[in-house]
Amino acid sequence: MIDWGWIGDHLGAILSRTIQHLELAAIAVLFGFAISFALAVLVQSRRSTYPLISGFAGLLYTIPSLAVFAALVSVTGLTIYTAEIPLIMYTLVILVRNIVAGFDATPGDVLDAADGMGYNRRERFQRIVLPLSVPLMVAGLRLASVSTIGLVTITATLGDSFGGLGFFIFEGYHRFFPTEILTGAVPSILLAIAIDLILVRVQRRLTPWASSQPPSRPTFEQIVVGPAGGPTG
Amino acid sequence: MTKERATAATVEFEHVSKVYGPAPARPHSGAGQTPTPGAVNDLSLSIPAGKICVLVGPSGCGKTTSLKMVNRLIEPTSGRILLGGVDAASRDVTELRRGIGYVIQQTGLFPHQTIIENVGTVPRLLGWPAARVKERSEELLGLVGLDPARYAGRFPGQLSGGERQRVGVARALAADPPIMLMDEPFGAVDPIVRERLQHEFLRLQEELAKTILFVTHDIDEAIRMGDLVAVFEQGGRVAQYGTPTELLANPASDFVARFVGADRGLKRLSLSRISEVELRPAVVGRIGEPAGPAGKRAAADPFPYLLLVDAADRPVGWVRDLDIPGDGVLTEAMAIPMSPLLSGQTTLKDALSMMLDADVHTGIVVDRDGRLKGLVTTDLIGAFLQSHGSVSPLAGSQAGS
Repeated sequence: MIDWGWIGDHLGAILSRTIQHLELAAIAVLFGFAISFALAVLVQSRRSTYPLISGFAGLLYTIPSLAVFAALVSVTGLTIYTAEIPLIMYTLVILVRNIVAGFDATPGDVLDAADGMGYNRRERFQRIVLPLSVPLMVAGLRLASVSTIGLVTITATLGDSFGGLGFFIFEGYHRFFPTEILTGAVPSILLAIAIDLILVRVQRRLTPWASSQPPSRPTFEQIVVGPAGGPTG
Repeated sequence: MTKERATAATVEFEHVSKVYGPAPARPHSGAGQTPTPGAVNDLSLSIPAGKICVLVGPSGCGKTTSLKMVNRLIEPTSGRILLGGVDAASRDVTELRRGIGYVIQQTGLFPHQTIIENVGTVPRLLGWPAARVKERSEELLGLVGLDPARYAGRFPGQLSGGERQRVGVARALAADPPIMLMDEPFGAVDPIVRERLQHEFLRLQEELAKTILFVTHDIDEAIRMGDLVAVFEQGGRVAQYGTPTELLANPASDFVARFVGADRGLKRLSLSRISEVELRPAVVGRIGEPAGPAGKRAAADPFPYLLLVDAADRPVGWVRDLDIPGDGVLTEAMAIPMSPLLSGQTTLKDALSMMLDADVHTGIVVDRDGRLKGLVTTDLIGAFLQSHGSVSPLAGSQAGS
């Protein structure tokens, strides 16, 4: 059923494709986070921008990735930009909403006390609001990472130099070779799970207070997920 | 900035009003004069330095708004507030707030900071050196009865409600502000813990002598805590401002009379403490003492009991004079259950209540170390009330004796 010999012969390629997969996903999530963070800070100072920003991010999420690739190839060619722009785009809806929710999660009495103690706006944001937003921010990062790791496979449609583990899925599909399809699919799933577990640990490290205090953990309702139905190929 | 230790400062409201938004024009009514909740209408109050002034009233009457106008979390629409003679509006707002202690009902402790970090908030903002912040924070934890060794490194989520409130008080006191604002600071804890926190805070205030504005909706708390009480009514007006005794003895209006309650005579009992009552000496026998002479002493006294105390003068229990053996020594086994133990700080109301609960007419008064000071009886309390105050608290209530 599974051709172990083929796998043994291609260990080097599997490793380098795994690394490529991680790179493509990491770049997308990091840039997506940076953009989302900036947008969320903007929302903090100008609330009226939120419906627009959130709506636009939601709209981007609905565009099929193949359509974006096709449109971008004519502009940016078969470059990393063509691969990353859609990946980044799809992280925004999750990250913006979670970071904004994180900033909003500071309890009113805590804000009241912070003001009453004499924090100015900037100090209050840096020392109170920001640290308290970490659980929801990390919740957003987890969702964005897992979905991006899945989406990276689709960049294989842009050619052999992209796709990460998706390369094997596409090539195996064309060659009717199940072993190769599984060689792409199984590690990418394991990758997603591993990154998720790592982020859970990171969050515990960053929020020592939360482990001792169940109520301050994000409740299910607080975790903002993207709209139902993800971007597909 | 002058760094001299200012223990307290006066707080004066001069014709302060807060109007919320322009009242929406109503087509079928003329001038919309319905007061919005939280509005304050021409408030003038003068609070002497070092006193606790309680703002009390039904919800939406503007008491919290008045409090928050002092540290400018809310800016008044008109009028001014003088702190130590200086207009609050003329001062830099963050600097002003760092000089005013602020305690709120939900504590507002920063959940991601340890207890010691929370307490050190204002000193840190003021730029104190780290070592001094730590030293001061530990001192304050001790002051509010939390052992720094046990509590310093914990997070607020690991503390009970009462402990969190103590941390809130410690945090407000950290930079030794001359003025404290307390918005229902003991409102979120159960009645037993609340009463303990109230007593502890009053004892603390005896040493600190801060000027304190204290908001509550609970008239009993107002009477217990306040040197002065301002009763607010709907629309953000002060219906009466005076000492608790004045309020209870001479309510200025029907509203105040209703608000302080029909039992205001009884409430006066909570304004006096056992320490003000002249105590009756007890006939005492010490454990290990020969029983014979002790029995004679007890028999000579009209009160048919001997109070058994231990070597440190701490009461152990009563012994009925008839039960005292003619020879041998007094032992702990002879003691029968005791009357309630009262301290000088116990209010007459609590003392009477405890005595009624225990179905006795005599309470044993002890000092801080638990040593016997004397006895108090229902008769002594009655006599005290008759000799003090113009209104007899039992008058009209047909006190059966």
